[in-house]
Amino acid sequence: MAHFFYQTLVGQIILMVLETLAVLVPLLIGVAYLTLMERKVMAAMQRRRGPNVNGLFGLLQAFADAIKMIVKETVIPAGANRILFLFAPFLAFALAMLAWAVIPTGNGLAVANINVGILYLLAVSSLGVYGILIAGWASNSKYAFMGSMRAAAQMVSYEVSIGLIIVSVLLAVGSLNLNDIVLAQRHIWFCLPMFPVFIIFFISALAETGRAPFDLPEGESELVAGFFVEYSSLAFGLFFLGEYANMILMSALVSILFLGGWLPPIGVFPFTLVPGPLWLIAKILFCLFVFIWVRATFPRFRYDQLMRLGWKVFLPFSLIWMIGTAAFLMVTGLLPQGGGMN
Amino acid sequence: MQSVLGSYAPILIFGALAIVISAAMLGMALFSGHQKPYPEKTTAYECGFEAFDDARRRFDVRFYLVAILFIIFDLEVAFLFPWAVSLSRIGYFGFFSMLGFLSVLGIGFLYEWRKGALDWD
Repeated sequence: MAHFFYQTLVGQIILMVLETLAVLVPLLIGVAYLTLMERKVMAAMQRRRGPNVNGLFGLLQAFADAIKMIVKETVIPAGANRILFLFAPFLAFALAMLAWAVIPTGNGLAVANINVGILYLLAVSSLGVYGILIAGWASNSKYAFMGSMRAAAQMVSYEVSIGLIIVSVLLAVGSLNLNDIVLAQRHIWFCLPMFPVFIIFFISALAETGRAPFDLPEGESELVAGFFVEYSSLAFGLFFLGEYANMILMSALVSILFLGGWLPPIGVFPFTLVPGPLWLIAKILFCLFVFIWVRATFPRFRYDQLMRLGWKVFLPFSLIWMIGTAAFLMVTGLLPQGGGMN
Repeated sequence: MQSVLGSYAPILIFGALAIVISAAMLGMALFSGHQKPYPEKTTAYECGFEAFDDARRRFDVRFYLVAILFIIFDLEVAFLFPWAVSLSRIGYFGFFSMLGFLSVLGIGFLYEWRKGALDWD
């Protein structure tokens, strides 16, 4: 009976909604706790305690922050374009969630297992620039405007090398499907043969999400808070949560492209007992830890250094790496067969 | 073909739910917060001074240059995607064709570099 119900259109839609919620609810809780994790881990690195008053070990801090942000006043500047001003955080957060539709958490375990998953991810993450640009323009504040220009230029600069590195990975996979990308790493994770671009991809992911040491768009000591200087209450909170959701997304992308997604490190007995999603979560957590570690360690870049690194170092290197990968795979005959149309 | 389109249906539902959640969060804050604006609060932040003029004004041309270069290189990546997944079928002819395309773009990139379009100071 229940089986029959899920064959109908209404049943299908209900099933999809449940699947979506099974991704979105853990994601939102994860984002809330990532803010706590960042404060805790950074505190531990600075030899002090993070939030530890609200609830056991400070575990309720994330909820305390959320409730506080909800009841605060949403200040809308007089010179701002009211509709666009509120639309920008909405867009930034909705897009950060939307990208999660294609992330596979196990073999075939994605909400939407589409054939061009990696292109979808690139497209959705490119749209993130709009939220930032709209926020900076609609605020009608000089700091917000400067911050959004910087953020947009920085994001598009590093997106080029991210795209080229993804092409290198695709050469070794022969498919745009994220599931196939993980399955292609059964024998060896791509982080080993492609170690240099793995590192470059990770650094580009830092820049793409505007994280330290590339947090120039926010630059609290020079731009006060960059593109969200005028925002308050949950309108600010949505940018904040969107940024952290993007961090988790980028970590998931690094795990899927280079760290073997849900695959265990070695496909032998004790490792195969652990279910795939747990491996993916462990890898995402490791990447997030490195995100926080980097923030606690390095000083901020200058803007000219940032642009030089993106255009003059990462872009040529990832381009040459991509050509080298293609040539190597051609010469050795290791190219995945029958790619493209299967 | 039906199954290809069908695999995109979950994305529609996912998008709808993402929109509903974001809108609900924004609306929740707008309605639960006590709104009490006054002129000093609603002026744009400018280090404690009153704002001198409108913020929508001229900006550095280099942001333009970066945006244009991005469009060019993003298109390059867009051409590379189909080439990357079908390289085993198109063989050395496909490989060297793309190498020709990349060398044309490489010359353009070197020109930008020498012209100083990539410098920021």
